[in-house]
Amino acid sequence: MAGPARYGPRSLAENVGQGTLDWIAGLGAIFQLLGDVLRLSVRPPFRWANLFAQLDFVGAGSVFIVVVTGTFSGMVFAHQTSRAFEMFDAEGLVGPTVALTVTRELAPVFSALMVTLRAGSATCTELGTMRVTEQVDALETMAVNPVHYLLVPRVLSGLVMVPMLVLLFDAAGIAGAYGVAVHVKGLSAGTFIERTRQWLEPADIFEGVIKGAVFGLTLMLIACYRGYHASGGARGVGKATTQAMVQAALSVFILDYVVGVLLH
Amino acid sequence: MGTARAMLEVRGLYKSFGSREVLSGVDLTVPEGSTCVVLGGSGSGKTVLLKHLVGLLKPDRGAVIVDGEDIVRLEGDALARVRRKFGMVFQGAALFDSLTIFENVAFPLRQHTGLPEPEIRARVHARLELLGLTGVDGAFPAELSGGMRKRVGLARAVIMDPKIVLYDEPTTGLDPLTTDSVDEMIKAARAHLGITSVVISHDIGSAFSVADQVCFLHDGRIVEAGPPGQLRNSSHPAVRPFLQTWFGKT
Repeated sequence: MAGPARYGPRSLAENVGQGTLDWIAGLGAIFQLLGDVLRLSVRPPFRWANLFAQLDFVGAGSVFIVVVTGTFSGMVFAHQTSRAFEMFDAEGLVGPTVALTVTRELAPVFSALMVTLRAGSATCTELGTMRVTEQVDALETMAVNPVHYLLVPRVLSGLVMVPMLVLLFDAAGIAGAYGVAVHVKGLSAGTFIERTRQWLEPADIFEGVIKGAVFGLTLMLIACYRGYHASGGARGVGKATTQAMVQAALSVFILDYVVGVLLH
Repeated sequence: MGTARAMLEVRGLYKSFGSREVLSGVDLTVPEGSTCVVLGGSGSGKTVLLKHLVGLLKPDRGAVIVDGEDIVRLEGDALARVRRKFGMVFQGAALFDSLTIFENVAFPLRQHTGLPEPEIRARVHARLELLGLTGVDGAFPAELSGGMRKRVGLARAVIMDPKIVLYDEPTTGLDPLTTDSVDEMIKAARAHLGITSVVISHDIGSAFSVADQVCFLHDGRIVEAGPPGQLRNSSHPAVRPFLQTWFGKT
């Protein structure tokens, strides 16, 4: 049973201190897991079927929500920027504005968030359930390294597939923006396309892809770590999944700034 | 049995979780080809002891000697090599719920042998048949009863012909008929396959049915050990009341 609650500056300092130590320890453990995953990913046996199953789950399975999210993000952004640019008689800049924003920021961030919600949560819950029902222990007793068997394909799938989803988001977002700008707002198709080609460079698309790889690796690493270390039955799995989702989503936004600064 | 060499030896095993000491100097010897049942109340540390035997937990101190090799300091590939001598039947069977029954039983063969698929199929079917599990190949674990899942767990545990099989509460939560069938499968594994078995249980009837040696774990130590007949006459203050719940108070 928990003892009586303590209040006051000292207990606050203790809680902050303990929380900080736990955060540092958790970060260290995730980096250690990353090291294990990278080391084991180049070590046989190579379980291609497992890897392709995860690529399919994370990538192909997320195509629909990424396309829908991308299309509507592009449409909304085109609608809003059109209204703003009309005030300056600069509607011709809608295409490049949307394209640059989508490729550099919206595509990697939104794609990663969609994969976090869909595949990250499922991965964390599946691994957590395997942990609390002793399926992970069963793998170990059968002399199969659970990190190699379970985590390597899942983390690699995030690293590989999120950048591809970013490209898909780019295409859907720009197409959505084109539809609104040209067919709703009456901008000429030539202006939209020419201005976009004029401003959008391969480096912008590359920036989004790099961010997608970093986010995909991070979110799957966090989902795997939380699920793999879940304990305490169904409640523990639920708690682990909540923690994973919050940490993965926050990491995406923090890393978006960090990677953006590093790339420029 | 007296002349058989020790397949498993535990010497002075200590394990604490936080401030709570669960194992307080366990000593245990299991001769090759015998069945040892570790009895004890809930929370007495039976499962913790079992997990030490296969290296799932590391002790604070003490030795776990498997087939002549201390596994306490082994890691990675060296530990994996020793684990191939084991099969383990988990309390909840721990079958992979995303795989069919056939794929579950075939799993160790596919991971550790280069056997062609027809050979794997033949071996899996032979083991399933031995344990009375025909016609369930394509089913998923969730579609089977608890007793059938335990038998599938045993089929998976013995598919690689291990030297040792560990059973964690194999009869917990089962009806009497299913309990009998699980007891029979443990005896069959020993009789037909010559397997050394360690059974963790608090089911006294089942323990006395399958055991060559019964050990009683209490307060983190083995306080009584011997053949079933000897343990039945124990006067130990922890063992006697426990056994009286099954054998009666007279």
